[in-house]
Amino acid sequence: MIAQPEAFPTGESGRAPQETFVLNLGPQHPAAHGVLRVLMTMDGEWITKAEPVIGYIHRMHEKMGENRTWAQFLPNTSRIDYLSAMHYTHAFVGVVERAAKIEVPPRAEYVRVITSELNRISSHLVWWGALLLDLGGFTPILYAFEDREKILDLLEGLCGARLTYCYYRFGGLYNDVDDDFLNGTRKFVQEMRPRLGMYRDLVTDNIILRKRLTGIGPISAEMCRKYGATGPVIRGSGVAYDVRTIEPYSVYQQFDFKIPVYQECDSMARYLVRMDEMEQSLRIIEQALDRLPAGPFMGKVPRVLKVPPGDYCYAVEAARGRFMVRIVSEGKDTPYRIKLRTPSFSNLSLYEEASRGMILPDALAMMGSLDLVIPDIDR
Amino acid sequence: MSAIQNYLLGPGWPWVRLLLYLVGICAFVGANAAYLVLAERKGAGRIQRRPGPNESGYAGWLQPVADGIKLLAKQVMIPPGSDRLLFCLAPLMVMAPPLICLIAIPYGENLVARNINVGLLLVFSLGSINVMALMLGGWASRNKYAVISAARVVSQNVAYEIPMLLVVITLLMVTGTMNLNEIVQQQGGGFWHWNVFKVWVNPLMPVTFVIFFICMLAETNRAPFDMAEAESELVAGAFTEYGGMGFGVFFMAEYANIVVGCSVATVLFLGGWQSPIVILSGPVFGPLWFLAKMYALVLTVIWVRWTFPRTQFYGLLNLSWKILIPISLFTLLLTGAMMKLPLVLHHLF
Repeated sequence: MIAQPEAFPTGESGRAPQETFVLNLGPQHPAAHGVLRVLMTMDGEWITKAEPVIGYIHRMHEKMGENRTWAQFLPNTSRIDYLSAMHYTHAFVGVVERAAKIEVPPRAEYVRVITSELNRISSHLVWWGALLLDLGGFTPILYAFEDREKILDLLEGLCGARLTYCYYRFGGLYNDVDDDFLNGTRKFVQEMRPRLGMYRDLVTDNIILRKRLTGIGPISAEMCRKYGATGPVIRGSGVAYDVRTIEPYSVYQQFDFKIPVYQECDSMARYLVRMDEMEQSLRIIEQALDRLPAGPFMGKVPRVLKVPPGDYCYAVEAARGRFMVRIVSEGKDTPYRIKLRTPSFSNLSLYEEASRGMILPDALAMMGSLDLVIPDIDR
Repeated sequence: MSAIQNYLLGPGWPWVRLLLYLVGICAFVGANAAYLVLAERKGAGRIQRRPGPNESGYAGWLQPVADGIKLLAKQVMIPPGSDRLLFCLAPLMVMAPPLICLIAIPYGENLVARNINVGLLLVFSLGSINVMALMLGGWASRNKYAVISAARVVSQNVAYEIPMLLVVITLLMVTGTMNLNEIVQQQGGGFWHWNVFKVWVNPLMPVTFVIFFICMLAETNRAPFDMAEAESELVAGAFTEYGGMGFGVFFMAEYANIVVGCSVATVLFLGGWQSPIVILSGPVFGPLWFLAKMYALVLTVIWVRWTFPRTQFYGLLNLSWKILIPISLFTLLLTGAMMKLPLVLHHLF
C-alpha cells in the first residue's frame, strides 16, 4: 500500500505545524503558456522551491528522426519550436549540407538570412505580447499580432505555411523569392521601425512595467553557464554569446549588426535585449535585400541523398537561443541518431534556482522573460 | 407636488415611493452591470483595434442578454469540501452593499431614495463589506489560488481604505455635512465651485481627487490593482471555483461597485447634479448632468484597465503606505490650517 501524505501535517510535538504548501501551477494555467507544470512549494506567497515538471507534449522527435529518410525528417524540425520554425529547419538543413558537402548558392543563403530574421521578429513579437499578458497588460498582444500578421503573410507567399514553415531544402530553397516578397519585405521594414518606437514609448517606458521587471529575477552569467542558458537570457546577463557571431553560419559574417548585451542580469535586461534584437534584425534584412545576388536558388543535390558516415553538428541562433542538431550517420538514407539541443530546455533548467525566494507574481514575470516554448522543451 | 400625491394615494404614498425606488435602483444596477460589461468589451475593442462584440443584435446590443442566458443556464457547482453556506453567501454579500449604497446617492435635486443625514457614512461603511465577501468567497472555495487572492484582497483594501477615508475627512472639513444632497447643493453655481477646483480652500484639492480615484480603483479591485482576480497569476483569484450565475453575480457586483464609486466621486468632487455652466440646470437636466459625469468616470476606469499592466502586489501596498497616506495626511493638515488661519490671524491682530 502506498503511504498517503498527511492531510494536515502537525509538525513535531509542541511546535508549529509545517508552514509551507504546494501550489500546483499547470499544466493548464493561464500563465504557463502551454502545458508546463510547475510544482511550487510556497511559504505564503513566497516560493521556496519551484520544480518544473515537463513531458506533457513529448512527441519523440529525436526517435522519429531515426526511422525516416533525411528529407522526411525536415518537416518535423519546424514543429519543435513552432515560433521559430525557420531557424530550426535551417539547423537541420545546415547539418545535412555540412555532412554531405552540398554547395548552397549565395542567393539561397541570402534569402535564408532574410526569412530567418523575419521569423525572429515574429517570434519576439509573440513573446512581447505574451509577457505583457503575464503582467496583466492585455492590449499590446493585439498590436504585436497586427505586425506579426504582415510577416506571416509574407512567408505564406513564399512557402504556403504561416507557422510551421518548411521552406529550406538541402542545397537551397523550395522556390525562389518573387518581387511581391521583396517589395513587401521592404515595406514591412519601413513600417516596423516607427512601430518599435511606439512600443518603446507606450510600453517599455511605462513606469508600472519598469517596476515589474527591473531588478526582478536576477540570473548571473555564471548561472547561465552552469545550466547552458543561451540566447537573450545570457545576453541579458552581460555575455555577448550569439551563434551568429561566435560560430558564424550561412552568410551572417557579411552583415553589419550589433549583438545587444545588457549587464543588469534582471528581467528588464532580457526584455531590452529582445526589443533591441528586433531592430538589429531589421538592419540585417535591409542589408540582405540590398545585396541579394542573382542566380540559382538551388544547388546540385543527388536524387537519393546518402550522408557519409560520421558525426556532425550544426548550430544556429534561434529566437530563444542556441539550437544545435547533431547527427550520426552510418552512410544510409536514414540517420543513425539525431540529437536536438533546444534552447528552451536549458533556459527552463535554471528556473528552479533563479526563482527561489521570489514572490509568485515576480516569478511568473521572470518566467515570461525567459520566453519558454513548451514543445521546444519536450521535443 | 406632494399635495397631489397625498390626494391621489393618501397614506399609502410612502410605501409606493419606497417600492418605486426599490424597483428603480434594482433596474438601474442591473442595466448598468449588463451594459457596462458591453461598454467595457466595446471600449477594449476600440483600444485594441478590433470591433469587439458585434454579432448578437444590432452592433452587439443583445450580447449582455446572451451572456445572461448562458450564465443562468449553467449548473451551479459547489466544490466538494468547501463551506457550502459561506460559498453561497459570498455572492449575495458582494451584491447587496452597492444596492443599499445607492439609496443615499442624490441623482437629482429631489431624486434621492432616502435623504439621510449620514449618507456618506452609510456609503463607506457598506462599501467595506465587499472585502468581507471576497475574503469569505475565496476562503470557502477551498482552493489555494482563491485563498491567496482572499489574503491579498484584505491587505489591499485595508491599505487603501486609509488614504480614501483621510481624503473624505478632508472633504468633510470643507463641507461640514455628511448629507450627500447638501454636499452637492454647496457646489452650485458653475464648475469653479466644485470641490475638485476649490483651490482657495486647499491648493491640493485636485490631488485629493486623484487620490480618491486611485483608491476607488483599488477598492473596487480594478486594473491596474486587480489583485483579487489577477488571471495570469491566480487563474481567477477568489472567483476560481465559482461558475454560472455565482460568477455572474460577482461580475455584476464589480460593475455595481464601480457605479457606486464613481457616483460618490461625482457627488463629492464633481458637483453631483449641478450644471457646470449654471444654465441648463433643473429637475430634468440635473440627473442628466449627474449621469454624464458619472459615466465619464466609469469610462476612465475602463480606459485605465486596458492601458496599463498590473502592478506588483508589494508595489501596490507601498504606493498606499509610502505615497498616498502621507500626501492625504498632509492635505488634511493643510486644509485644517487654512480653515483656521483667518481665525488665528483675527485673534493676533
